[in-house]
Amino acid sequence: MNREFSHEGRKTLDAPGPVMINNGVVTINAANMHYRDLNLLLKTHSNLAKRINIYNVYGQRYIGTGLRNNVEIHVYGTPGNDLAAFMDGPTIYVHGNAQDGVGNTMNSGKVVVYGCAGDVVGYAMRGGRIFIRDDAGYRVGIHMKEYGEQKPVIVIGGTAQDFLGEYMAGGILVVLGLTLSHGETHKAKFVGTGMHGGIIYIRGQVTHVGKEAKITELEENDVALLKPIIEEFCSYFNFNIDEVLAGEFKKIVPLSTRPYGKLYT
Amino acid sequence: MNGMGVNVSLNNPYSNDKVIEACAIFGMMDLSGRRFGFRDPVKAISNMRERSNGLGAGFAIYGLYPEHKDDYALHIMYLNRNAREKTEKLLEQNFDVLKAEEIPTDPKAYVQSPPPIWRYFVQPKKSIAKNISQDDYVLENVMKINTGIRGALVISSGKNMGVFKGVGFPEDIAEYFCLDEYEGYMWICHGRFPTNTPGWWGGSQPFNILDWTVAHNGELSSYGANRRYLEMYGYYSTMYTDSEVMVYALDLLVRRHKLPLEVVAKIFAPPFWFEIDAMEPKERNFYMALRQCYGSLLMNGPFAIIAARTGEMIGLADRLKLRPLTVAIKGDLFYISSEESAIRLVAPHLDKVWKPRGGELVVGRLKTLKLLEIPQSGWEDEKLY
Repeated sequence: MNREFSHEGRKTLDAPGPVMINNGVVTINAANMHYRDLNLLLKTHSNLAKRINIYNVYGQRYIGTGLRNNVEIHVYGTPGNDLAAFMDGPTIYVHGNAQDGVGNTMNSGKVVVYGCAGDVVGYAMRGGRIFIRDDAGYRVGIHMKEYGEQKPVIVIGGTAQDFLGEYMAGGILVVLGLTLSHGETHKAKFVGTGMHGGIIYIRGQVTHVGKEAKITELEENDVALLKPIIEEFCSYFNFNIDEVLAGEFKKIVPLSTRPYGKLYT
Repeated sequence: MNGMGVNVSLNNPYSNDKVIEACAIFGMMDLSGRRFGFRDPVKAISNMRERSNGLGAGFAIYGLYPEHKDDYALHIMYLNRNAREKTEKLLEQNFDVLKAEEIPTDPKAYVQSPPPIWRYFVQPKKSIAKNISQDDYVLENVMKINTGIRGALVISSGKNMGVFKGVGFPEDIAEYFCLDEYEGYMWICHGRFPTNTPGWWGGSQPFNILDWTVAHNGELSSYGANRRYLEMYGYYSTMYTDSEVMVYALDLLVRRHKLPLEVVAKIFAPPFWFEIDAMEPKERNFYMALRQCYGSLLMNGPFAIIAARTGEMIGLADRLKLRPLTVAIKGDLFYISSEESAIRLVAPHLDKVWKPRGGELVVGRLKTLKLLEIPQSGWEDEKLY
């Protein structure tokens, strides 16, 4: 019997889709393409291309991983986990929702998501900026860190789920609550659990903060720090900066830079 | 679990040593009850290839045997020849066997050392099954086979449904069992990364008992406590893996203890103690009673599950949300998946897509889709107390 059985979903090796190059713009059709093939193409083309468009992205992982240049990458579809992991320079625009682990250990560059993101956005992020237009999942900014000039920034336009800024060691995390209805509070629990560095700014009401963090009011220098970040966010997604800034902001900071210093003494 | 180097390199074209997968789960249901074929579910589950490793995969299909919808469909795996002889003798004694056949397979499919799998449509013998519900009678016999006959494993025992599973990638298992010849209104799919056990045919997912099926991604560190508790009620774990306790717990709590799913979700993934402490006395007493009575069925450790019974598909993740779960609707089609990309591959434009919070139950029911937003501190519904 001749079975009509295809393995359509399986992304096979040796089946790279067409690549078109036109005036410095590289267009990749990622349908059925294995993530390693896709990332090899990105590595090959990113040093010379001005812009790379990737279409038909359905879950390919590690897009943009380890790239060390300033190429602009546009992803159309749903990129897989660990988008922009270890990325060092490029700007990635995602026209759709991102999955888990956006910007895992990212060093520099930008990720702009025109939609939602999954869990662990900016996991152990060391530098660069991530802008998510809508909501994000659990553990946004877990263990993000800063050193000297390297100061990572994450902005979530909507709301985020529990363990926001867990074990956060540095950088700036901003949650704007723009997807919440009037009077609705952020539902995230355990915000800043284990936090020992960095700052979380939240627009709207926070209901539950981890025991290593505290909620405080904004001061003048906070506004000066926050304004250009929100301006950049608004420029990507066409929000009105004045309306966003008019909201009520709270600041969450760690109680100690070494919360567990005496745990084993 | 690592240490599967040999098998993995056979199945992995890169022959790398690193095993980077985690389970893939995918469920698809037509809420209008329309039956559909393998195409979308198989395409979606195979898309999450990085979450599988070829050491196990499987499918549960509901609405599978409409011509035998009132008979128990037993899918039984035989790891040796004696097992079938002994099992069929037991079946003949205790059941009216209406049909017995080996499940058709395609030898061209890429799977390794598949055991024969048979299916039987049976009715409990009325003369023997007295003073016991039919379901309990079937459960007893399933356990008798699983624990008493070496090499025989009942992999599904519900009505108008069946489980097909084994060692391989999802698309290979689908091809092996000729799933292009079946239809159902609900498909529960699993691509496996064995957590605590080597990949073997019986230990592949989904797991089933009677009407309930579970596909699980995660690792139940409470397995020992859960297993011992379930043994008291006649459920014996024989598949050498943690995930099977979940399906027995569902059968016990929902079918036998008649608890609503909303309460079962609060047993598997209860509110934190600080939340219980902050509740009104009546509500607090209810949750404390749940913890006292069913503490042994708290599912500790990371999990995301898709569970199903006739007419219902549910999704639930652990309360710390250590495993991913995405839910989506498109028209009458209801999807639950480890990754959104797998849903988008088969339904690029969705009406709604979202990620439930840890411990938040999502239910899709035939005809009506009832989505439950469980408030952080209990219900207003008086019936639950």
